[in-house]
Parts: sequence; C-alpha cells; structure tokens
Amino acid sequence: MENPEQNTLAGLEAIPESATRQNVALPEPAAIAEGERAAQPAAGTGVPIFEVNGTSIYYGSFRAVTNVSLTIYEHQITAFIGPSGCGKTTVLRTLNRMNDLVVGARVEGEVSYRGENLYAKDVSPIAVRRRIGMVFQKPNPFPKSIYDNVAYGPRINGIRNKSELNEIVERSLRQAALWDEVKNRLGNSGLGLSGGQAQRLCIARTLAVEPDVVLMDEPASALDPIATGAIEDLMKEIKDKYTIVIVTHNMQQATRVSDRTAFFSVLVNPESDTRTGTLVEYAPTERLFGDPQDDRTKAYVTGRMG
Amino acid sequence: MAGVTTEPQQVDLREPAGWRRTKNRLATWLMVLSFVLVIVPLGFVLVTVIAKGASSINWSFLTGGPIPAVVAPAGVGGLGPAVLGTIEITAVATIMAVPLGVLAAIYLSEYGGRNWLAAFIGFLADVMTGVPSIIMGLFIFTIWVLHFGLSGFAGSLALGCLMLPIVIRSSYEILRLVPNSLREGSYALGATKSRVTMTVVLPAAIGGIVSGVLLAVARAAGETAPLLFCIGAAETANANVFSGANTALPLQIFSNANQPYVGAAERGWGAALTLIAICFILMIAARLVTARFARYSH
Repeated sequence: MENPEQNTLAGLEAIPESATRQNVALPEPAAIAEGERAAQPAAGTGVPIFEVNGTSIYYGSFRAVTNVSLTIYEHQITAFIGPSGCGKTTVLRTLNRMNDLVVGARVEGEVSYRGENLYAKDVSPIAVRRRIGMVFQKPNPFPKSIYDNVAYGPRINGIRNKSELNEIVERSLRQAALWDEVKNRLGNSGLGLSGGQAQRLCIARTLAVEPDVVLMDEPASALDPIATGAIEDLMKEIKDKYTIVIVTHNMQQATRVSDRTAFFSVLVNPESDTRTGTLVEYAPTERLFGDPQDDRTKAYVTGRMG
Repeated sequence: MAGVTTEPQQVDLREPAGWRRTKNRLATWLMVLSFVLVIVPLGFVLVTVIAKGASSINWSFLTGGPIPAVVAPAGVGGLGPAVLGTIEITAVATIMAVPLGVLAAIYLSEYGGRNWLAAFIGFLADVMTGVPSIIMGLFIFTIWVLHFGLSGFAGSLALGCLMLPIVIRSSYEILRLVPNSLREGSYALGATKSRVTMTVVLPAAIGGIVSGVLLAVARAAGETAPLLFCIGAAETANANVFSGANTALPLQIFSNANQPYVGAAERGWGAALTLIAICFILMIAARLVTARFARYSH
C-alpha cells in the first residue's frame, strides 16, 4: 500500500495504451478523433491530448505529487477527484505550466501535449497557455467591462477589428450561457456580476481565445446548485469542441459530467511525517464508481472516507 | 420525552453589562477622541490660513509682479512669479520622478522577485525616504548648481529626488495589493508578463498609485529647504525653467513671514493660502482623472 508505483499502475493497466500511442504519430489527429468517437461510446479512448508519465511535482523541497501517470483523451471530460491535499490541482496546473508562476515549483518526469514535451527547453509557456486555457476556483473577472473581459484574450492575440471582436464576444458569451443575462449591459463592470455569472464570464473569457483544452479547477465550488447545473450543462455542450479537464471535490459532479475519472489520494510517510499526493486509480467514470479496483477508491466513492 | 410540554424559554437578547461592554465603549470613545485630536489642528491651520490670507488674494496678487520688497505695504506688486515658479518647478519634478518611480515600483513588485538587485533598490528607496530635504538640496547644489548655476531645473532635480522614494514606496505597496488571481487569469489566456502588467495589474492599481503620487507632489510643492540653494531669488517671472534664477511660493512664505512689516505678513498668509489652494485643485483634478480609469473596479 505504501508503494505509489504499484497503485498508479493498478489503475492504468486497463487502458489499452499501445493502441492509443499509435494515433499520436498519425498526421490528422482531429479527423481520427471524429472517427473514434463515432465508433466508440463516451468512455472509450480517443486521441491522447496529454500523456503524463512518471511525473513528480515539487514545491521547493516539498514533493507535492509523486509518480503520476495518466493519459487524457480528446473531446472527453476528464475529472480529477480526491481528498484535500492530494495534488489534483497541482497536476492540473502542470498541464498548462501555470505552476511556472510559483517560485520553486519543479516538474520531474514526462508531461506531453499532443506528443510534444511541455517542459522541453524551447517550449514557451505563453504559447502553451494560448492553447490550454484555465478556469479558476474563485471567479476572477478583471476590473474591466464585461465586453473587455471577454475581448481581452483575442486582443492580446492581436485581433483589433471591432466587428470581429463583437462577434467573438457574443459567441463566447452565448457558449457560456451568459449572453441573455448581460447583452444589454456589456459596458458594465465585470465585478458587478453575481458569483455564478462571474464564473460563466471567466469561462466565456477562456473560450474567446478558442483554446484546444480547457482546464477547470473546481469551477463550481463557490456556486449554488442552479449555477453549478448551468456550468455542468455548458461543459457537456462544449465538449465536442474542446477537451476538458476538471478538478472537483464533488463526486456527484464527476459522475454527472465526466467520461473518465482519476482518483488521487494522499500518501503519508509516518517516519518522516511527510505527505505527498498520488494517483490511485484512473478509469472510465462508470467503472471507477461502479467497480473500483483499489480499496481506497472504493472507500472514497462509497463515502467511507474523505 | 414525547408529549412533555415546557414553558417557553425566556431569552435576554440585550447586551450584557460588564467588562466586555465597558471595553467596547472605551474603544469606541478612544477612536472618536483620536479623530477629534487629529482634526482640530488640521481645521485650525486651514481656518487660520483662510481667515488671514483670504483678504490679500486677488487677481493681481496671483498673477501680477514683480515681487515687492518686504518693506512694501500690502497691495503693491504681486506673487505671480512665485506662483508660476512653483507650478513649473513642481511640474518638471513630477515629470521626472513619477514615471521613474512607478516603473521602479513595477520592477520591484512584478519583475524583481527574490532578486538581490530588487532587494537592494527597495532598501535604497527606503533609506532615501528618510533623507532630510535640505540634504537633497545640498546634494543638487554640489553636483548641479556649482557647475550650471541657479535655475528652476536645479530645484526640480532636488524635488524629484525627494519625490522618487515616496512614489516608489507607495506604488509598490499598492501593486502588491493587486490580487494574484487577476495575474493568473491573464497568464492563463496566454498573456506575456509585460501584457499582464500593463493591461491588468496597472489598471487595477491606478487609483492607489495616483494617491501616492499626489502625496509626493503635494509634499514637493511645499518644500522650502531644497529650493533655497538651487533656484536663487528672482523678482520677476521666469518662464524658462532651465536657466536663470526662479522663485516659488514656499520661498515667498519663508522670506515674508519672518519680517516685522504688516505688508509682508499679509503677503505671507496670502502665499500660504495660494499654495494650499494649488494642492487642493491638483488633488481634485487627479481624482477626476483616475475616476475615469478606475470606473470598473467596483
């Protein structure tokens, strides 16, 4: 039980990795994704977007996450669940190099995105984040108008054309199911919105740059059930355009929206009294909740722990 | 247990008497007392300056010249040269010190990190805040006035040296208050560091930065000591800030207020009121400008 490698392997063995690896080399991943999705049910495999292999993440000398390996597939919603301090947010922030902003953060092992090593020397975190967007736990609209909040991303990417910006703002707000509520007050401050609206504004802001992947860090944890429902519906609607990875504390939410679920847990070393997060089990959501292979997953999903 | 009826419980929701209540009231009264103690001298200064200075204020006092000799009775000449000098010297000092100071604060807050250079600059700015203004004047006297002569610009340099650390320190504190979540939100959209700073951090902090800048400008506009060595004493208006002696309102207050003549005393009060009014007008103007920048921040 103390060996993290065995635990992560237990969860991964079920995934036919050899089959998915071959797809990376093929020239048209998007076309294959279409074909794969038509042929397979939601929980099946597709084009791998992220491949995390034997990755450990450190903050200074503190090892926050130990030896995580998992593959995230295109046009799926992948949920990370687990108790507090198990490193799920840390792993998420590794996927678009947000952890670069934390002084002393360091990644060991392999993290690749569409076959490219994200932590290679010549990879620019700016370019990475333009393709891999992120929605945060606490809504963080800029102190600008609603319009300028959504237009922010396109503008930094060089779009100046007024009508083009109008179009992007409307489309993004519609995608985020916020358009009808704000269409008459686009000039008002983004800080005047309610919590749920502000979070949807942040989602619209992320979608406006048309990312490939949307990472969501507990996007609904501060919201009421109605706003949560709106955001979950939204995720299901946009997943045929985007790949979504969501961290959630809410297991019902994981079962409602996700195709695959990764369960993380905390390993405690009683000798040195250090804690580190680790991946326990990773499987299609139905199987992880219906037929968990690991005892700790079983305890967590049936509510006996955490 | 079931079926047992009890008397409705009496609850007392009044504030209980005792030490807790006493402490609470004591604290409230202490705060009221402190407020009064602060406001009384402030109000006293303002009322006195207005009462004694208002009578000498008129258009020719504010714009006319030349500056009369201290023995001249009230109503002769005007302090126009000093008003012009104060405005131009402070403006040039502001133009030099504010961009430098704000950029230094941005470096310290956004770029410096745990860099030794940032720590060093921050330390120097703190030390500079404590340097007496007359030392700044002497410094500029030695490195500038001795070589290039008295001028308004020398005064601007001295005032700029005074303003710089205030601008750096106050802007830095405000920039640190900008929540990190805003920076992360911008980074997550693929913004570069300079973008994040220019389009998110600075606009969010602009109100506070302007407040700090205003404090520095008001402080500089009222400084006498650094100007004593640097700008000389002109009696006529000198619109060229870069050459020739100049004069400023604080110097006029200084030279008139220590004279026994009635006319000089009245001019001193008038100059004091004019200086306060200039700072006040400046403050309102800057508030109006920042209100436009900060209209989305609440």
